[in-house]
Amino acid sequence: MYEFAYHRPGSVSEAVTLAGDHADGKLLAGGQTLLPTMKQRLAGPSDLIDLSRIDDLRGIEVKDGVVTIKALTRHVTVATSPEVRAVIPALAELAGMIGDPAVRNKGTIGGSVANNDPAADYPSACLALGATITTNKRAIKADDFFQGMFETALEEGEIITSISFPVPEKANYQKFRNPASRYALVGVFVAKTGGHVRVAVTGAGARGVFRVADFEAALEASFNPAALDGHSVPASGLNSDIHADADYRAHLITVMAKRAVAAAAG
Amino acid sequence: MTAVSMTVNGQHVSAEIDPRTLLVQFLREELRMTGTHVGCDTSQCGCCVVHVNGDAVKSCTTLALTCDGATVVTIEGLAKGDELHPMQAAFRENHGLQCGFCTPGMIMTAVELVSRKGTNLDEHTIREELEGNLCRCTGYHNIVKAIAAGAQAMGTAAE
Repeated sequence: MYEFAYHRPGSVSEAVTLAGDHADGKLLAGGQTLLPTMKQRLAGPSDLIDLSRIDDLRGIEVKDGVVTIKALTRHVTVATSPEVRAVIPALAELAGMIGDPAVRNKGTIGGSVANNDPAADYPSACLALGATITTNKRAIKADDFFQGMFETALEEGEIITSISFPVPEKANYQKFRNPASRYALVGVFVAKTGGHVRVAVTGAGARGVFRVADFEAALEASFNPAALDGHSVPASGLNSDIHADADYRAHLITVMAKRAVAAAAG
Repeated sequence: MTAVSMTVNGQHVSAEIDPRTLLVQFLREELRMTGTHVGCDTSQCGCCVVHVNGDAVKSCTTLALTCDGATVVTIEGLAKGDELHPMQAAFRENHGLQCGFCTPGMIMTAVELVSRKGTNLDEHTIREELEGNLCRCTGYHNIVKAIAAGAQAMGTAAE
């Protein structure tokens, strides 16, 4: 790694001040993405601001039909939370599919969402469930938050403090994993609330996570896997690499969407 | 150089380290505890797994400074003198290793797994929970057997 200065703030306001003072610094949450990136010298922040001692940033609350997860809550905690499993089991299952047990012991929802890896799982949950991302400055709707591969609406020195998920009627996440890395080659999160359906796809898009309006309309007419017969996402704009070309990902999107609907409906 | 201190296998340790020092480097190079291994160095293989405050973590993907004040247990901390930990004994009895390079990480993962999922572990659960631990020698069958047996033995030992 390149050299850096290490800071350990005790509060969000201290962290915000440090981030403001060090424009080339980075916030450190679980480190399960940032540290490997730094070890490969693909990132060389001048300063690391370790958020791990800010206990105010941990916790899960379910209230008035909304699940609020604070930013530094670890994947293992969401995956095993009785409160989350009771109301949005698909979200807990998604958390339990991230990485592996040791990675889940450190990785955080805030880190995942702030990073917006195009193959990360949480961004698809945020989009499909219509989540709100709350920072130290404002509340941002998921539809406005994810702006491209590794790009988000976060401004300099802005820190995610919590993410709120409205409880859906039905939801499911299906992840087709890269057989080696276990990242989502294609991951589809489907959620139905009232008359509305949202379908969010990760892993496939060249610009990161995206919704599929065509699938949403079809499923709003009939929340049934058969409603997606003949529906597909165009291959242009999808990723092609040694693991899967764009045509294959387009095919997988429909397959995984149908599986998600079947699992959610059933 | 920044000060760090933690408890490792029951011993309090302190040092001044470069902030870039990974936990695995701190354990191996500063403390000379070489039972924890660097396999892939990219957080995939699990040879570096240790326990930090009871959680299995990949020490190659953890900064030592973030463990300031923590309680760390490595493979060296499991045995009681000459008496192997039941999980270690199970790996020996069930031929759960060949070259042994992945073994400390396998054992540390397995011991933490028992603390989360109990002593009655089925094959499917064990295989799923080993997703973060890779072995090039064994094909995993005897590792799975060893963990099932070691978990049972941990249950018996506790009674």
